[in-house]
Amino acid sequence: MSAVKDAAPPVGARAKLDASRRALYHDLLRQMLHVRYFEEKAGEAYAQGKIGGFCHLYIGQEAVAVGSLAALRPDDYVFAGYREHAHALVRGTTSRAVMAELFGKATGCSKGKGGSMHLFDAARNFLGGHAIVGSHIPLAAGAAFASKYRGTDQVSVCYFGEAAANIGAFHETLNMAALWRLPGIFICENNRYGMGTALERASVVYDISQRSCSYHMAAETVDGMDVLAMYEATRRAVERARAERLPTLLEARTYRYMGHSMADPIHGHYRTKEELEEQKQRDPIAGLRARLEEDGLLDDAQYAELEKGVHAEVEDAVAFAEQSPEPDPAELYTDVYKA
Amino acid sequence: MATRVVMEALSPTMEEGRIVTWLKAEGAAVQVGDVLAEVETDKAVMELQARGDGVLRKVLAPAGATVEVGKLVAVIAAASEDISGLVAAAGAAAPPRTTHPPAAEAAALPRPTAPPPAAPPHATPIPAAEAAWAAGAQSARVATATAGPAASAARVKASPLAKRLARERGIDLRIVTGSGPGGRVIRRDVDAAPVAAAATAAPAAHAAAFEDVPLTQIRKTIARRLVESLGPVPHFFLTTEADMERAWEAREALNALGEEPKISFNDLIVKVVAVALARHRECNAWWQGESIRYFTDVHIGMAVAVDQGLITPVIRNADRKTLREIAAESRNLVERARARRLKPEEYTGGTFSVSNLGMFGIDEFTALINPPEAGIIACGAISQQPVIRDGAVAVRRRMRLTMSCDHRVIDGATGARLLQTVRQLLENPLAMVW
Amino acid sequence: MPVLTYRDALNHALREEMERDPDVFLMGEEVGVYQGAYKVSRGLLQQFGDRRVIDTPIAELGFAGIGVGAAMVGLRPVIEFMTWNFALLAIDEVVNSAAKMLYMSGGQIPIPIVFRGPGGAALQLGAQHSQAFESWLANVPGLKVVAPATPYDAKGLLKSAIRDDNPVIFLEGEMLYNNKGEIPEGEYTVPLGLADVKRAGTDVTIVCHSKTVATAEKAARQLAGEHGLEAEVVDLRTIRPLDTETLLASVRKTNRCVIVEEGWPFCGVGAQVVDEIQRHAFDDLDAPVERVTGADVPMPYNKLLERAAKPSVDAVIGAARRAAYVD
Repeated sequence: MSAVKDAAPPVGARAKLDASRRALYHDLLRQMLHVRYFEEKAGEAYAQGKIGGFCHLYIGQEAVAVGSLAALRPDDYVFAGYREHAHALVRGTTSRAVMAELFGKATGCSKGKGGSMHLFDAARNFLGGHAIVGSHIPLAAGAAFASKYRGTDQVSVCYFGEAAANIGAFHETLNMAALWRLPGIFICENNRYGMGTALERASVVYDISQRSCSYHMAAETVDGMDVLAMYEATRRAVERARAERLPTLLEARTYRYMGHSMADPIHGHYRTKEELEEQKQRDPIAGLRARLEEDGLLDDAQYAELEKGVHAEVEDAVAFAEQSPEPDPAELYTDVYKA
Repeated sequence: MATRVVMEALSPTMEEGRIVTWLKAEGAAVQVGDVLAEVETDKAVMELQARGDGVLRKVLAPAGATVEVGKLVAVIAAASEDISGLVAAAGAAAPPRTTHPPAAEAAALPRPTAPPPAAPPHATPIPAAEAAWAAGAQSARVATATAGPAASAARVKASPLAKRLARERGIDLRIVTGSGPGGRVIRRDVDAAPVAAAATAAPAAHAAAFEDVPLTQIRKTIARRLVESLGPVPHFFLTTEADMERAWEAREALNALGEEPKISFNDLIVKVVAVALARHRECNAWWQGESIRYFTDVHIGMAVAVDQGLITPVIRNADRKTLREIAAESRNLVERARARRLKPEEYTGGTFSVSNLGMFGIDEFTALINPPEAGIIACGAISQQPVIRDGAVAVRRRMRLTMSCDHRVIDGATGARLLQTVRQLLENPLAMVW
Repeated sequence: MPVLTYRDALNHALREEMERDPDVFLMGEEVGVYQGAYKVSRGLLQQFGDRRVIDTPIAELGFAGIGVGAAMVGLRPVIEFMTWNFALLAIDEVVNSAAKMLYMSGGQIPIPIVFRGPGGAALQLGAQHSQAFESWLANVPGLKVVAPATPYDAKGLLKSAIRDDNPVIFLEGEMLYNNKGEIPEGEYTVPLGLADVKRAGTDVTIVCHSKTVATAEKAARQLAGEHGLEAEVVDLRTIRPLDTETLLASVRKTNRCVIVEEGWPFCGVGAQVVDEIQRHAFDDLDAPVERVTGADVPMPYNKLLERAAKPSVDAVIGAARRAAYVD
């Protein structure tokens, strides 16, 4: 028996999707396809030695970033961990800029100095790309603090894994965010494994959302494989943050299909192939596609069209990254200090 | 369109990978995500997945081959598609390197590959052939180092400032008396010195007539491990020869029963050494610097050659196991050692080791101790020899055994008693039973 | 000229910069209602309100990170650590976030933040409360490290630190807060990265910063009065970037150097200064460079042992005499 409590939801009567929102649904589907294909090509480029270092792929988790980011405004702040290619892409950083960064090229969104784990796009308020587990949770609260300080209604969203819920920075930040009523949305992407350590082997509390109780903070547990559920839950949290200046802890139950990083096995000592296959039945892309088809909002031709579009974009990004120049050697010593 | 299957970089530091096994054969239909092969990286055994749909048309790198990252290892394409161009292009490039059995390779390649298992079991070994290679490579670079500047006896100790001032003022520092610590000439001494005639020019320094070659990683490891064993461990060696006729008969008889697994001489040696150690606990010990740990249980480390070097899986409580049990366990450990699938607890914790090069026809050899163990027994080949027996020349099967002892733990007579018991048990295996 | 304590000089700097720039705010433990653990922030809550003077829970990692996050989106936080001993809990945000953000982001995201508070030993506070972290922090590219000795420098440097677009580590001295000095009327700043010759001399250079400036000055007076040596006292003021120009000019003049610091000797600030001197002023040295440091031990509690563990006037005099070959 699988140790995972989040099996595919039972198929039963459900409300029909709202046909007037067809464009939104298509966009969400396209973005998930975009992220997945981007990550597949990134994995391929890594395997060819074109991407170095650590490279953490997002395949399986697409609904979390796509659904939640759809609920934000362009002037809101976004912070992510080191599995953040998707968040940058969905936020609007171009495929070219992200892929070029993975390739370490001068045209990358961090000029080739950041790499896979340190994507930044200040113009889109995409504020990283942080690779010390939990260290960016206070940073996101800092941006939320700035909104409150300036009297704006911008919210600050922070993505982190469930393993980060055991680190001090998480607890210190949630306490202060609740104490000071900061407009922060803390999205825990619970993919069940901190590298190879299963949630229940690291945390005595299984439901990460319950951690909010200590801080008197609103919380919700969401099916992180359901992009529409992610979208709606984030909208509720955004409303709470903008209108009432209250933070929210959102726990998204999701699953990563790949190894922790490209250098790690997909399954093995810590999880079984059977569990992986079972979780793939919850696939966010297949799930949305099936629902749209069922409700007559998508046909095969339209799906193929979406796929074709993202393939072209990602392939262009790979070619761009390949052809882009390496950083000038003089760049080594720039950007250490701001003049 | 055909999909090129290349050796993928499956870890940040991987530069090449070895195909462990192909899980799909040529001609098999494959889909994206199917596992095509197992690849051994510098970190683990990982899966190589299909990145395209179609038929695995051509495998270019057979199992066992080591291939650089990015090089083509197979082609996936539609059944009817022409892939000859792709295959030809790959053929033109350097062919994959097949990993040879360790013994054959040691002499040929400048890599940390496995030598015969004579070296300390967990160390990177120094086979003679490789050492010779290294020496050759070094000697080619060693030029004639000459003596440095000859003036050291006449060297004047002076502060940098004093030297500069003397140079500027044309003062010969050799005639200035230093008032600083150890006679160092300092500014006030130079200030007080008379300006001399032009100072004698210092002899021109010779251009360096030698070259310093930085150590490679492998050379560093070899040097470190060798020093760790031979350096601090005061070795001495005891050699004996055992008559193996009865051991031979016993093995033949046991195997004639038809039970699996078959028993090898190696199994017999493990068992005999273990039983002997149980009777001579003074040799079943670890040197721990401040103390000696004598073990009650006997765990025998058994040197096994693997592709990357040597590993010493441990047969625990070997004195209390039957030969059949030892045979089964030993086969299992060796197989998994070669597949690099041993768990750390399976190759650590030995109390004594054996090494056997009989299968290579080595008559006798000395093995390096695997610290903190205090001894290792090295077995040579069993061969028929003329011996004097009851006053007549007889042809008997004989085997030579050499025990390496850490003199801090084992004294000459102590080691001799163990080796004597080993020989007696080999010559009369029934003694183990009765 | 008005005379102010080091504490009030810092207070004035904070007040003036908060008046000047609405993006500047002060955050830390006890900075508001309590008026500051060392009263550096006295009156600021009353003047600026709790929007800009923010009391925090005891959560150094969290509020240091919140400060860095606020700086990422353009505010100019001043984060007070009650003492630098507690800042070790926040070192990840200081080193991994603040110092590296500009570089990792390819120049997109500067971090204009000041981390300040008292460092070094006070009196009999024991091992965990008595240590100097200059060399740790100055090791990190991306950080600037400032350690003023006088009220004048404290005010001028803090104002510059707050206006700087980089993370600045501002190390105050608990034993310095009550020291008094003249402060000019009106606006002034002291630029970061400039050392100051506190006393001119010809025979030996004494390099120092923060609390050891007073030690060096006292030693210099005694050297002149009792030992016939005129020492030049160079106060680094900023550890990173290091003002090598002023430093080398002095050593080239005196040909001898003693470096005094409160921190531990191994990989200390003095080790870096020696490196600069031996590479750039080798031919000007008439004697090995001497170092006087805190003892290479955790700080003991006992008064006599503690005194023995701190750099003393006598130790500086001894080192200067050795360097000048008087002994």
